[in-house]
Amino acid sequence: MAMPNEPQGERTNYLNKEYGVWSWLLTTDHKRIALLYLMSVTFFFFIGGFFALLIRLELLTPASDLVQADTYNKLFTMHGMVMVFFFLIPVVPAVLGNFLVPIMIGAKDLAFPRINLLSWYLYAIAGLLMTHCMLTGGVDTGWTFYTPFSTAFTNTKIIEAGLAAFVAGFSSIFTGLNFIVTIHRMRAPGMTWSRLPLFVWAHYATSIIQILGTPVVAITIVLVAAERLFHLGIFDPKLGGDPLLFQHLFWFYSHPAVYIMILPSMGIISEIIACFSRKRIFGYNFVALSSIAIAVLGFLVWAHHMFVAGISVYAALIFSFLTYFVGVPSAIKVFNWTATLYKGSIRYDAPMLYAFGFLGLFTIGGLTGLFLACLGINVHVTDTYFVVAHFHYIMVGGVLMAYLGGIHFWWPKISGRMYPEGWARLGALTVFIGFNLTFFPQFILGYLGMPRRYADYSHMPEFQVLNVLSTAGSTVLGIGYLLPMLYLLWSMRYGKPASDNPWNAAGLEWKIPSPPTTFNFEEEPVVTWEAYNYEELDAPHKEEVPVAR
Amino acid sequence: MHDSSTAVVHGEAQTEAHGGHDPALLHHFAEPQQQRDAASLGMWIFLATEVMFFGGLFCAYLVYRLKYFPEFAAASQSLNWKLGATNTAVLICSSLTVVLAVWAAQHAKRALLLGSLVLTILLGFAFLGIKAVEYAEKFEKHHVPGPSFSFVEPVPGHPDLMANPYHAQIYFSLYFVMTGLHALHMIIGIGFFVWLLIASWKGRFTPAYNTPLEMGGLYWHFVDIVWIYLFPLLYLIDLRK
Repeated sequence: MAMPNEPQGERTNYLNKEYGVWSWLLTTDHKRIALLYLMSVTFFFFIGGFFALLIRLELLTPASDLVQADTYNKLFTMHGMVMVFFFLIPVVPAVLGNFLVPIMIGAKDLAFPRINLLSWYLYAIAGLLMTHCMLTGGVDTGWTFYTPFSTAFTNTKIIEAGLAAFVAGFSSIFTGLNFIVTIHRMRAPGMTWSRLPLFVWAHYATSIIQILGTPVVAITIVLVAAERLFHLGIFDPKLGGDPLLFQHLFWFYSHPAVYIMILPSMGIISEIIACFSRKRIFGYNFVALSSIAIAVLGFLVWAHHMFVAGISVYAALIFSFLTYFVGVPSAIKVFNWTATLYKGSIRYDAPMLYAFGFLGLFTIGGLTGLFLACLGINVHVTDTYFVVAHFHYIMVGGVLMAYLGGIHFWWPKISGRMYPEGWARLGALTVFIGFNLTFFPQFILGYLGMPRRYADYSHMPEFQVLNVLSTAGSTVLGIGYLLPMLYLLWSMRYGKPASDNPWNAAGLEWKIPSPPTTFNFEEEPVVTWEAYNYEELDAPHKEEVPVAR
Repeated sequence: MHDSSTAVVHGEAQTEAHGGHDPALLHHFAEPQQQRDAASLGMWIFLATEVMFFGGLFCAYLVYRLKYFPEFAAASQSLNWKLGATNTAVLICSSLTVVLAVWAAQHAKRALLLGSLVLTILLGFAFLGIKAVEYAEKFEKHHVPGPSFSFVEPVPGHPDLMANPYHAQIYFSLYFVMTGLHALHMIIGIGFFVWLLIASWKGRFTPAYNTPLEMGGLYWHFVDIVWIYLFPLLYLIDLRK
């Protein structure tokens, strides 16, 4: 097969070493598993996006004319479940983290390659269960499985959806376990904790949440399933059970789960901002430790999802206070990224455009999070589009922008090809515009009082204009997400072959071939430099490398 | 620029390193010690997730025990604490045999190794057998939550005050979920130990390499410890006389 622009004879790498289905389905190479995840995660992203578009189309007009209320309930439920459990939680750790964490610390693979493959199979099984559930009737409880509706009333496929979330949870646990052991035990000589790329720190913090939080939601889902199957009455008030207990157990995981989504994205942003402003990250230690702080504090704020659910006002006050507190490490990160930009030699390549998008959107999402932490405002906007807009600014504006930025940044390393820069910049811009057009009107809608999860708002037709804007934005956003998929696929065949270090970036992953060989390093690297040594990299005539150091 | 020139070659060429010696050393580890440490840390982290897994249940237990204490006491006393205590003893003995097995592997004592593993598995089955007897008794008395559940017992210390059957049913729900999940862990553990027994029979474990035995031991001890908590929490609530 003649590849254009291929220098004489291709090097053997992890992609062309073996061919055939089984060389992929039975691989233990972390890079190939990352690509398996990339494909499956992208598949579920477009499924979830399809549901989102249907939701937006329904809300184009006040009456419920495209779908009936029951169908609408299923649409937003399955949009949430697919996006949360099958896209947002695995997307960065399982794709980019899987690919990069071992390379960044100078290891040949994750500590447990077979468990890594098992994680993907668990994810795939869970995905099949979820797909089967969607095709045979779906679920309508909202992605939160709230009792007693989920255990005593609805007759949709709770057990199957719960099982899917349960299995996907164990996939996530094993990924986290693998990362922690790898980061502790597999670092190359000289790769000290204070020299770890912030991407690795972020994944370490994420893994802590994955291994401590996920089991709790797993047992909660077991209890919901048991209650539904055997009429146990653990959460059913009719039988003396306490539905609030369910919410506590559920949010004990599901609030930290937001940090499972956002922390790895923050790691990506640290890498991109350092590279494209050619500076060491300002306040490296603070950015690293703020990841850990977010992981710890994130476990102490869950009840802010329950302010109007009937918890005591004193508990609500404490959780409100702690929720403000978790804003501190996030703010530390944003300020330090901004300080890194200051007097940097900034380049506006596509990854950096996404990083800028992240900074703006995450800041808006984070600040409105403080509005919601405030008890008074929270009561006012609970279950309105204000909340919807807030968490989409974090989960879509934050996580997805960073993920796309990361995919572009490391695409040369992953595929060995450059993506088309012009198209990529256009894509980044389209996503940014589409995103704001979709979700900013929802802040206003929510503040004016439009409740979430309604198929029909014909008793308040004055909300239509903003909803039309939002629906129009979602179309732009959809095109913005399709674009990268198309040109990245195109570039795998026709893109310009990438050099080993097209960005002249720091970090071990850029010192090995693009794409890497199966075991990443021919010889074990010894790290003698600090993370993000861009000043050193860019210093003129620095060829007399100090061997004695 | 830092390039391959700073990446000093460390030790011998890797391709030869894992061709020759130690068949148990996987390719991506530099040395056996690193592999052992990774396995051990991985197992401890897995046990941490297990603690959180059971932790959710213990949390639910605590909430309802505080809320419905009289019913919990009444329901608890309908269990057979003698069988529960026997099972506790069985598990503690099995922990001893597990430790003996690991020690035997480290000191290359084949007979002791195989004997301890067989004993461990037998004790595991003994535990499950006694548990099955207890479950059967609960079925006979209609103490299994569901449509045919019935519980007509007075609150301990108040002979004229009957326990609310709904609240007692919550106790039994938690009883069956907690002990059932524990029994499931026992079954997985027995399966793991059967595999260890076969591998030991084939002589796979040596004083130099016995990581799977150690990991199996950690898991088994963890499952024992869960029972050590379950026994007093479920069987010994408000015992009088």
